[in-house]
Amino acid sequence: MTALAILQVLLLVLLVVCGVLAVRLKDLLGSVIALAAGSLLLSLQFFLLQAPDVAIAEAGIGAALTTALFVLAIRKTRRKEEE
Amino acid sequence: MSVVVRTVTRLLLPAVVMFGAYVVMHGHLTPGGGFQGGAVIASAVALVVVAFGARRIRRHKETLSVLEDVGALAFVVLAFLGIGGTFFYNSLAGTGGLFGQEVAMGANPGALNTGGMLPLMNWAVGLKVLAGLGSIVLLMGLLGGDDDR
Repeated sequence: MTALAILQVLLLVLLVVCGVLAVRLKDLLGSVIALAAGSLLLSLQFFLLQAPDVAIAEAGIGAALTTALFVLAIRKTRRKEEE
Repeated sequence: MSVVVRTVTRLLLPAVVMFGAYVVMHGHLTPGGGFQGGAVIASAVALVVVAFGARRIRRHKETLSVLEDVGALAFVVLAFLGIGGTFFYNSLAGTGGLFGQEVAMGANPGALNTGGMLPLMNWAVGLKVLAGLGSIVLLMGLLGGDDDR
């Protein structure tokens, strides 16, 4: 395997880790941060797959705007998830 | 939000807006275009709303609404400008005027003054996306009480 393929596999593994963290974390703000990190990793993956157009859209919408929306929603409700 | 977040927002805001404007302006040459650049600039609006609270920029809600209409109208009007040929006909490309430079043959880095209608349409789409996504975030920030935690 080339270095690029190893990097892509590493990115995908980290993406799954971020997804699991986003579901498992009880602190909703941490969950949102994990989701944003996953979005950023996905954007990097798109860039490596030579789709820079999609990468910019993913970084702008996925990592920035949805994170802002979730943070605003958390600020107006409760931060901790109830059991 | 804390002083750290506010200071970093003040530092970062011009860079974010500048990069978004760059993506929109070079939409016909490099990856990205109206939608992507508009989304990047809208993330600057989101940054302000998260750091300073939506009440601070509440008065710009009407401005964003007007800008969105202007963007949509500009896109349709630009499309109708080519109605002598077909709808969406690129009547500016290759005429030597605004954005009308002839495109060089073969591999080249690309000249900004090419593309005809496409840069103008990119600006219209960028304006619409910036205003639309920005007002979504702003309205979300204005909903309900704003207790900063």
